[in-house]
Amino acid sequence: MIELFYLAAFVAVASTVCVILQSNIVHALIYLILSLLSIAVIFYVLGAPFAAMLETIVYAGAIMVLFLFAIMMLNLGQHSRDMEKAWLRPRVWILPGLLAAVLLAQLLNVLFALDQDFVPVEVGVLEVSKLLFGPYVLAVELASFLLLAGLVSAYHLAKK
Amino acid sequence: MQSIPMEHGLILAAILFVLGLVGVLTRRNIVFILMSLEIMLNACGLAFMVAASKWGHAEGQIMFLMILTLAAAEVAVGLGLIIQMYRRYQSVDVNVLNEMKG
Repeated sequence: MIELFYLAAFVAVASTVCVILQSNIVHALIYLILSLLSIAVIFYVLGAPFAAMLETIVYAGAIMVLFLFAIMMLNLGQHSRDMEKAWLRPRVWILPGLLAAVLLAQLLNVLFALDQDFVPVEVGVLEVSKLLFGPYVLAVELASFLLLAGLVSAYHLAKK
Repeated sequence: MQSIPMEHGLILAAILFVLGLVGVLTRRNIVFILMSLEIMLNACGLAFMVAASKWGHAEGQIMFLMILTLAAAEVAVGLGLIIQMYRRYQSVDVNVLNEMKG
Protein backbone atom coordinates (compact mmCIF):
# COMPACT_ATOMS: atom_id res chain seq x y z
CA MET A 1 0.00 0.00 0.00
CA ILE A 2 2.77 2.41 0.91
CA GLU A 3 4.62 1.61 -2.32
CA LEU A 4 1.47 2.57 -4.20
CA PHE A 5 1.44 5.89 -2.36
CA TYR A 6 5.03 6.75 -3.33
CA LEU A 7 4.56 5.55 -6.91
CA ALA A 8 1.41 7.66 -7.35
CA ALA A 9 3.15 10.63 -5.71
CA PHE A 10 6.05 10.33 -8.17
CA VAL A 11 3.68 10.13 -11.15
CA ALA A 12 1.72 13.15 -9.85
CA VAL A 13 4.83 15.33 -9.45
CA ALA A 14 6.37 14.24 -12.77
CA SER A 15 3.19 14.85 -14.77
CA THR A 16 2.63 18.23 -13.07
CA VAL A 17 6.15 19.26 -14.08
CA CYS A 18 5.27 18.19 -17.63
CA VAL A 19 2.12 20.37 -17.48
CA ILE A 20 4.02 23.54 -16.65
CA LEU A 21 6.85 22.83 -19.14
CA GLN A 22 4.66 21.77 -22.07
CA SER A 23 4.06 24.15 -24.98
CA ASN A 24 1.32 22.13 -26.67
CA ILE A 25 -1.85 22.92 -24.77
CA VAL A 26 -3.70 19.64 -25.44
CA HIS A 27 -0.68 17.59 -24.32
CA ALA A 28 -0.52 19.70 -21.16
CA LEU A 29 -4.18 18.94 -20.52
CA ILE A 30 -3.60 15.19 -20.90
CA TYR A 31 -0.68 15.39 -18.45
CA LEU A 32 -2.94 17.28 -16.03
CA ILE A 33 -5.53 14.49 -16.27
CA LEU A 34 -2.76 11.96 -15.48
CA SER A 35 -1.75 14.04 -12.45
CA LEU A 36 -5.34 14.20 -11.19
CA LEU A 37 -5.81 10.44 -11.65
CA SER A 38 -2.67 9.70 -9.64
CA ILE A 39 -3.93 12.01 -6.88
CA ALA A 40 -7.15 9.98 -6.95
CA VAL A 41 -5.00 6.87 -6.33
CA ILE A 42 -3.43 8.66 -3.35
CA PHE A 43 -6.89 9.45 -1.97
CA TYR A 44 -7.76 5.78 -2.25
CA VAL A 45 -4.60 4.79 -0.38
CA LEU A 46 -5.42 7.38 2.31
CA GLY A 47 -8.73 5.59 2.92
CA ALA A 48 -11.13 7.91 1.12
CA PRO A 49 -12.71 5.99 -1.78
CA PHE A 50 -15.54 8.54 -2.10
CA ALA A 51 -13.11 11.42 -2.62
CA ALA A 52 -11.11 9.29 -5.08
CA MET A 53 -14.22 8.65 -7.14
CA LEU A 54 -15.20 12.32 -7.08
CA GLU A 55 -11.69 13.29 -8.14
CA THR A 56 -11.88 10.90 -11.08
CA ILE A 57 -15.41 11.74 -12.19
CA VAL A 58 -15.66 15.46 -11.48
CA TYR A 59 -12.07 16.67 -11.79
CA ALA A 60 -10.50 14.38 -14.37
CA GLY A 61 -13.81 13.85 -16.13
CA ALA A 62 -16.02 16.91 -16.12
CA ILE A 63 -13.69 19.85 -15.47
CA MET A 64 -11.01 18.66 -17.88
CA VAL A 65 -13.59 18.00 -20.61
CA LEU A 66 -14.78 21.59 -20.06
CA PHE A 67 -11.19 22.73 -20.65
CA LEU A 68 -10.98 20.61 -23.78
CA PHE A 69 -14.20 22.11 -25.20
CA ALA A 70 -12.96 25.62 -24.49
CA ILE A 71 -9.64 24.87 -26.24
CA MET A 72 -11.58 23.51 -29.21
CA MET A 73 -13.66 26.70 -29.35
CA LEU A 74 -10.52 28.85 -29.20
CA ASN A 75 -9.14 27.00 -32.22
CA LEU A 76 -5.46 27.44 -31.34
CA GLY A 77 -3.19 25.95 -33.97
CA GLN A 78 0.48 25.72 -34.84
CA HIS A 79 0.79 29.50 -34.56
CA SER A 80 -0.01 29.52 -30.85
CA ARG A 81 2.38 26.62 -30.26
CA ASP A 82 5.23 28.58 -31.87
CA MET A 83 4.30 31.66 -29.84
CA GLU A 84 4.26 29.56 -26.66
CA LYS A 85 7.76 28.26 -27.45
CA ALA A 86 8.96 31.83 -27.99
CA TRP A 87 7.53 32.90 -24.62
CA LEU A 88 9.07 30.02 -22.70
CA ARG A 89 12.68 31.13 -22.83
CA PRO A 90 14.91 29.80 -20.01
CA ARG A 91 15.36 33.36 -18.74
CA VAL A 92 11.66 33.55 -17.87
CA TRP A 93 11.94 30.69 -15.37
CA ILE A 94 14.74 32.10 -13.21
CA LEU A 95 13.02 34.60 -10.91
CA PRO A 96 9.72 32.73 -10.38
CA GLY A 97 11.63 29.48 -9.89
CA LEU A 98 13.88 31.09 -7.30
CA LEU A 99 11.01 32.65 -5.37
CA ALA A 100 9.00 29.43 -5.47
CA ALA A 101 12.07 27.46 -4.31
CA VAL A 102 12.39 29.76 -1.28
CA LEU A 103 8.71 29.20 -0.47
CA LEU A 104 9.08 25.44 -0.92
CA ALA A 105 12.17 25.39 1.32
CA GLN A 106 10.21 27.14 4.08
CA LEU A 107 7.31 24.71 3.75
CA LEU A 108 9.64 21.68 3.77
CA ASN A 109 11.46 23.07 6.80
CA VAL A 110 8.19 23.24 8.72
CA LEU A 111 6.89 19.88 7.48
CA PHE A 112 10.05 17.86 8.17
CA ALA A 113 9.80 18.83 11.84
CA LEU A 114 6.45 17.01 11.89
CA ASP A 115 6.99 13.36 12.72
CA GLN A 116 3.67 11.58 12.85
CA ASP A 117 2.95 8.26 11.22
CA PHE A 118 -0.57 6.99 10.86
CA VAL A 119 -2.39 3.94 9.62
CA PRO A 120 -5.17 5.12 7.30
CA VAL A 121 -8.66 3.99 8.29
CA GLU A 122 -11.29 3.87 5.60
CA VAL A 123 -13.90 6.63 5.87
CA GLY A 124 -16.53 5.61 3.39
CA VAL A 125 -19.42 7.31 1.68
CA LEU A 126 -21.81 6.57 4.58
CA GLU A 127 -19.93 8.67 7.16
CA VAL A 128 -19.41 11.50 4.71
CA SER A 129 -23.04 11.67 3.64
CA LYS A 130 -24.23 11.49 7.28
CA LEU A 131 -22.22 14.62 8.00
CA LEU A 132 -23.05 16.24 4.66
CA PHE A 133 -26.79 16.07 5.18
CA GLY A 134 -26.61 16.55 8.94
CA PRO A 135 -24.54 19.38 10.39
CA TYR A 136 -23.13 20.56 7.05
CA VAL A 137 -26.39 20.85 5.10
CA LEU A 138 -25.93 24.62 4.92
CA ALA A 139 -22.61 24.09 3.11
CA VAL A 140 -24.41 21.92 0.54
CA GLU A 141 -26.94 24.70 -0.02
CA LEU A 142 -24.15 27.25 -0.40
CA ALA A 143 -22.39 24.96 -2.90
CA SER A 144 -25.59 24.77 -4.94
CA PHE A 145 -25.87 28.60 -4.89
CA LEU A 146 -22.26 28.82 -6.06
CA LEU A 147 -22.84 26.36 -8.90
CA LEU A 148 -26.00 28.18 -9.99
CA ALA A 149 -24.14 31.50 -10.00
CA GLY A 150 -21.33 29.89 -11.98
CA LEU A 151 -23.81 28.46 -14.49
CA VAL A 152 -25.60 31.77 -15.03
CA SER A 153 -22.41 33.81 -15.35
CA ALA A 154 -20.72 31.28 -17.66
CA TYR A 155 -23.79 31.35 -19.92
CA HIS A 156 -23.82 35.14 -19.92
CA LEU A 157 -20.08 35.55 -20.50
CA ALA A 158 -19.71 33.00 -23.28
CA LYS A 159 -22.76 34.28 -25.16
CA LYS A 160 -22.06 36.08 -28.42
CA MET B 1 -1.43 -2.31 6.71
CA GLN B 2 1.69 -0.20 6.85
CA SER B 3 1.64 3.28 8.29
CA ILE B 4 2.12 6.34 6.10
CA PRO B 5 4.22 9.25 7.38
CA MET B 6 1.94 12.29 7.51
CA GLU B 7 4.71 14.69 6.49
CA HIS B 8 5.21 12.90 3.17
CA GLY B 9 1.62 13.52 2.15
CA LEU B 10 1.84 17.16 3.18
CA ILE B 11 5.19 17.55 1.38
CA LEU B 12 3.59 16.18 -1.79
CA ALA B 13 0.80 18.76 -1.42
CA ALA B 14 3.39 21.51 -0.90
CA ILE B 15 5.39 20.46 -3.98
CA LEU B 16 2.28 20.40 -6.16
CA PHE B 17 1.18 23.78 -4.84
CA VAL B 18 4.56 25.35 -5.57
CA LEU B 19 4.62 23.83 -9.07
CA GLY B 20 1.22 25.39 -9.73
CA LEU B 21 2.52 28.71 -8.40
CA VAL B 22 5.50 28.57 -10.78
CA GLY B 23 3.07 27.90 -13.63
CA VAL B 24 0.94 30.91 -12.69
CA LEU B 25 3.99 33.17 -12.43
CA THR B 26 5.72 32.05 -15.63
CA ARG B 27 3.05 31.43 -18.21
CA ARG B 28 1.60 34.10 -20.49
CA ASN B 29 -1.13 31.96 -22.02
CA ILE B 30 -4.26 32.47 -19.91
CA VAL B 31 -5.49 28.88 -20.39
CA PHE B 32 -2.23 27.62 -18.84
CA ILE B 33 -2.68 30.06 -15.95
CA LEU B 34 -6.16 28.63 -15.29
CA MET B 35 -4.73 25.09 -15.43
CA SER B 36 -2.03 26.02 -12.91
CA LEU B 37 -4.72 27.45 -10.62
CA GLU B 38 -6.44 24.07 -10.85
CA ILE B 39 -3.20 22.36 -9.78
CA MET B 40 -2.96 24.69 -6.77
CA LEU B 41 -6.59 24.09 -5.72
CA ASN B 42 -6.08 20.37 -6.06
CA ALA B 43 -2.96 20.51 -3.88
CA CYS B 44 -5.02 22.28 -1.19
CA GLY B 45 -7.59 19.49 -1.39
CA LEU B 46 -4.83 16.91 -1.03
CA ALA B 47 -3.56 18.61 2.14
CA PHE B 48 -7.09 18.51 3.60
CA MET B 49 -7.40 14.83 2.74
CA VAL B 50 -4.07 13.92 4.35
CA ALA B 51 -5.06 15.74 7.56
CA ALA B 52 -8.50 14.10 7.55
CA SER B 53 -6.94 10.69 7.04
CA LYS B 54 -4.53 11.27 9.93
CA TRP B 55 -7.35 11.79 12.42
CA GLY B 56 -9.85 9.49 10.69
CA HIS B 57 -12.41 12.26 10.24
CA ALA B 58 -14.91 12.70 7.41
CA GLU B 59 -14.80 16.51 7.63
CA GLY B 60 -11.75 16.66 5.38
CA GLN B 61 -13.67 14.95 2.59
CA ILE B 62 -16.47 17.50 3.00
CA MET B 63 -13.93 20.29 2.70
CA PHE B 64 -12.57 18.57 -0.41
CA LEU B 65 -16.10 18.50 -1.85
CA MET B 66 -16.37 22.24 -1.26
CA ILE B 67 -13.04 22.79 -3.01
CA LEU B 68 -14.26 20.65 -5.91
CA THR B 69 -17.43 22.77 -6.22
CA LEU B 70 -15.39 25.95 -6.07
CA ALA B 71 -13.01 24.67 -8.77
CA ALA B 72 -15.92 23.70 -11.04
CA ALA B 73 -17.57 27.13 -10.69
CA GLU B 74 -14.24 28.90 -11.13
CA VAL B 75 -13.41 26.97 -14.30
CA ALA B 76 -16.84 27.63 -15.80
CA VAL B 77 -16.60 31.39 -15.22
CA GLY B 78 -12.91 31.53 -16.16
CA LEU B 79 -13.37 29.70 -19.44
CA GLY B 80 -16.33 31.93 -20.30
CA LEU B 81 -14.11 34.95 -19.73
CA ILE B 82 -11.32 33.40 -21.84
CA ILE B 83 -13.71 32.80 -24.74
CA GLN B 84 -14.96 36.39 -24.50
CA MET B 85 -11.36 37.66 -24.40
CA TYR B 86 -10.43 35.61 -27.47
CA ARG B 87 -13.42 37.03 -29.36
CA ARG B 88 -12.40 40.57 -28.52
CA TYR B 89 -8.61 40.42 -28.99
CA GLN B 90 -8.01 37.24 -31.08
CA SER B 91 -5.33 36.24 -28.57
CA VAL B 92 -4.88 34.28 -25.34
CA ASP B 93 -1.89 36.37 -24.23
CA VAL B 94 -2.56 38.06 -20.86
CA ASN B 95 -0.35 41.00 -21.89
CA VAL B 96 -2.93 42.26 -24.41
CA LEU B 97 -5.17 43.08 -21.44
CA ASN B 98 -2.82 45.71 -20.01
CA GLU B 99 -4.83 48.72 -21.14
CA MET B 100 -8.23 49.58 -19.70
CA LYS B 101 -10.38 51.23 -22.27
CA GLY B 102 -14.01 50.99 -21.17
